Amino acid sequence: MSTASTSVIGQSRVAKWAVTASVVFLCLWVLVPIYLLVANTFSSPAEVNGFPKRFWPSFDTESIEFFLNFHGVGSALWNSLLVASLTMILSISVGAPAGYALSRFEFRGKGTFRVLVLMTRAFPLPLLALPMAVMFIKVGLDDTVLGLAIVHTTLALPFAVLITYSLFSGIPVELEEAAWTLGCSRFQAFIKVIFPLVLPGIAASAIFAFVVSWNEVFAAAVLTIEHRTLPAFLLQSLDDAPLHLKFAGGAVLVIPALVFIFMVRKYLFAMWGIANR
Amino acid sequence: MKPFVRQASAALVAVSLGMIGNTAVAEDLLFWSKQGKPVEEAQAMRDQVLSGFGSAVDFQPNDGGPWLTRLQAELKAGSGKIGVLGALHGDYTSMPDDLVDLSDIDLGDVQMNAKFMELGKLGTSEQKYIPWMQATYVMAANKKALEHLPEGADIDALTYDQLIEWSKTMAEKTGSPKFGFPAGPKGLKHRFFQGYMYPSYTNSMVSKFRSAEAETAWNKFKELWSYTNPGSTGYSAMQEQLLTEEVWVVFDHTARLANAFNERPDDFIAFPAPAGPTGRGFMPVVVGVAIPKTAPDMDAAKKLVAYMANPATQIETLKALSFFPVVDAELPSDMPASVQLSGSAISKMAGSADANPGLLPVGLGKLGGQFNQVYVDTFERVVLGGEDVRKVLDEQAGALRAVMEEAGAPCWAPDPASEGPCPVE
Amino acid sequence: MHNRALPYLLLLPATVFLVAFFLYPFVMVAYQAFTTDEGILTTQYFTKMTSHWKFKPALNYTLLLAFTVVPIQIALALYMATLVSNMKRGRDLILYVWTIPLGISDLAAGLIWLAIFDQTGFLNSILVGMGLQEQPSLFLGYQNKGTIFLAVVLAEVWRATAIVLVILVAGIGLIPKEYYEAAQVFGAGGWQRFTKVTLPLLKPSLQTALILRVILAFEVFAVVVALGGTNLPVLMGEVYQRQFVLQDNHVAAAFALLILFISIAFTLLIMWVLRTPREARL
Repeated sequence: MSTASTSVIGQSRVAKWAVTASVVFLCLWVLVPIYLLVANTFSSPAEVNGFPKRFWPSFDTESIEFFLNFHGVGSALWNSLLVASLTMILSISVGAPAGYALSRFEFRGKGTFRVLVLMTRAFPLPLLALPMAVMFIKVGLDDTVLGLAIVHTTLALPFAVLITYSLFSGIPVELEEAAWTLGCSRFQAFIKVIFPLVLPGIAASAIFAFVVSWNEVFAAAVLTIEHRTLPAFLLQSLDDAPLHLKFAGGAVLVIPALVFIFMVRKYLFAMWGIANR
Repeated sequence: MKPFVRQASAALVAVSLGMIGNTAVAEDLLFWSKQGKPVEEAQAMRDQVLSGFGSAVDFQPNDGGPWLTRLQAELKAGSGKIGVLGALHGDYTSMPDDLVDLSDIDLGDVQMNAKFMELGKLGTSEQKYIPWMQATYVMAANKKALEHLPEGADIDALTYDQLIEWSKTMAEKTGSPKFGFPAGPKGLKHRFFQGYMYPSYTNSMVSKFRSAEAETAWNKFKELWSYTNPGSTGYSAMQEQLLTEEVWVVFDHTARLANAFNERPDDFIAFPAPAGPTGRGFMPVVVGVAIPKTAPDMDAAKKLVAYMANPATQIETLKALSFFPVVDAELPSDMPASVQLSGSAISKMAGSADANPGLLPVGLGKLGGQFNQVYVDTFERVVLGGEDVRKVLDEQAGALRAVMEEAGAPCWAPDPASEGPCPVE
Repeated sequence: MHNRALPYLLLLPATVFLVAFFLYPFVMVAYQAFTTDEGILTTQYFTKMTSHWKFKPALNYTLLLAFTVVPIQIALALYMATLVSNMKRGRDLILYVWTIPLGISDLAAGLIWLAIFDQTGFLNSILVGMGLQEQPSLFLGYQNKGTIFLAVVLAEVWRATAIVLVILVAGIGLIPKEYYEAAQVFGAGGWQRFTKVTLPLLKPSLQTALILRVILAFEVFAVVVALGGTNLPVLMGEVYQRQFVLQDNHVAAAFALLILFISIAFTLLIMWVLRTPREARL
């Protein structure tokens, strides 16, 4: 397991080769299934149903065009983006302070709070949807982008709290204390010293929040009517769709998420270098 | 991170603006349906069926979970957006009190199927739903399978024994089992046992659940199962496996076969369900439209209900969803292949000398799901789990009896009428 | 601002949020598991849950899946994280590729892997195409529960390792380089540096990743249904079945509480095993 070493000094050719091989294999492991999805999306219905399957697409755009011309797909896409962005902002602004508090302070009720946060994720959402929907209808949050973002935030919050907690825990208290002795206030020390260090991690949990929201179907189907999100719009009906439309619908959902991760990877991984002193 | 934050706050502003904007706009009539979920069907419903209504209808098909949850939430909250519901007879049985009486809807000179109208009362004195469309289950086969048909067998008057023999020959000649059955999580297997197998072998659905005849039926089914594609436990709509040719002969709901017929009409045939010792059991599926008590615009909703029963609408619905009309309607000749194929199989089935039609369960209330579960559990234990048939039937009969007694539901056809709850002998 | 009040102030937004939007609906649901429609206290719904013949297989498969999938994911993610942290060029690109499954929902993942393992799927196309077998084999038939299980494990590992990876990569990034240099000065080899420096300092991240994955693993559903149909019953599937098909909200709530209970029990266990004593922190 020499590949697990943290420096390449003195590594043999074989070890280097093994590392490259592992990396290539793992990339293929991730990419091949995605490729199959995309290849099927751009094949004609007859080819998708045929056997043996083809491994390269015939660039038939019938299936994908069906979705692109689908009534309301544009506004559903826009709603999904809004809900996901809002979820991202809500879960970080509510979750990160809690993560910081958990990592830096000993206080009564800490354990209770952690369990409360985890319970949120450990209880099946489809059951919560009913009382939530009743509440939302009563207070006027029903069928609003904000209402759905709130539900998705409860799903994303445990990620945000736990991830920021583990990040802050990984930063030596001494760094902060050093800043205090140099005359920084607690807040200044946080902004100047800690924040740059955890930014990539925060970006990571923001991305989770986005993805959690993007892929959530059930609450979206129950709580939105005019503000349907894309998954609620497409994915839950894919089960009954013919195979070629299942693939095309899957691709329509997956591709925006991939583009999003690609766009923000800069924030996620460029700053990773700063942290990696 | 900065530009990102800016984009996000821009989004926030847009959201709040959007929320303000929406309160002012008059809302479309919301048609909350459990049918028409496949994307192309939903599209056809909007473009071809509802576009003729006059004012805008927002057709939203949903899976059972969200469908029920949203409806229950609106009922509990006492206000809602749903104008019209579209669902199976069995979905409505649990909620008669939540539905508006539709007796005052003027259907004009539309000739509605009287039996279905009666079902729509859900055992009350009010018209809880108006029948919207119907379907049933038939058999379908790839034409390649026909050469293996047992000698002397008439495809339009098949028996279960012949089906077993046919499946056996196909499995042996082709090297893999070619009979397919929708036993997946979303497959409609319970209807086969309730409306096809039991009536064909016991002339009953409930009372003879654990009879010796029922034992024979399950053993026959086990035999058929041994020549059935084992992938069946993952199948939900058999049109898919017909098209991939994973299987050649199938049993399923007509709407779940339609794609195969429409895509390759020359490759497939449809034919009646098989017959057993007590006739050719079969069962209709009835879909109705109803209005929940919380509907925001009652008049518009009632207008839409009446529109759905219009013969012209019914024909468009048939083209869009492959469900047949419940009113007298003259079918034009340019119907899709699925309609022509299934339609002729249905009329052969209903018109056969040994036809033994059953009715949909009535009076089960909230227990409709648990009633179905009894049959599904029996299937999973006997056929998949390989447990002893007698033992399982005796145990499941207890569960069935509990359901019937709790619901207090009297027998329905083909079981003879009963005083009080339908007895499980 | 006093230090004693500060942690509570920081927790306040999250607490208010969770009480309003989680705890309140949760109590409403949980209440149903213990009371009849008439409001009488009862344990009958738990008895009904445990006495159903599908209860045991559902519980067993859920646990078995979690205990198979999560360790593989943690090990694989650790390996991937160390690979990537040694990389000089192309790290961004590789990390992007490896985090792609993050964006893929469980429903879509089920769809993709079904297309691979189906009888007329890609795997059979390859096997038949290469002449390794004449007839496509049935990987997902009800007699082959082992194969179904394997397919579900593969799909879950494919889908949800990325989340562990991102948490660990971020965690490794926080380990000061000096520690590795010091370890090297003392002659520690690659494996030793991994076990003596990386692993201990990664504890908080590992704990987080483990807890999140375990909790999500107990709620596994969509992929199992896509690949296994009714062959691999899982607890979450029973929740859906009870709530929406059987309309038996009480028993559905009982199942949901069971999932919650198992998750919390394992969370506490993981927290205790991977606890970081305060004095041992950086």
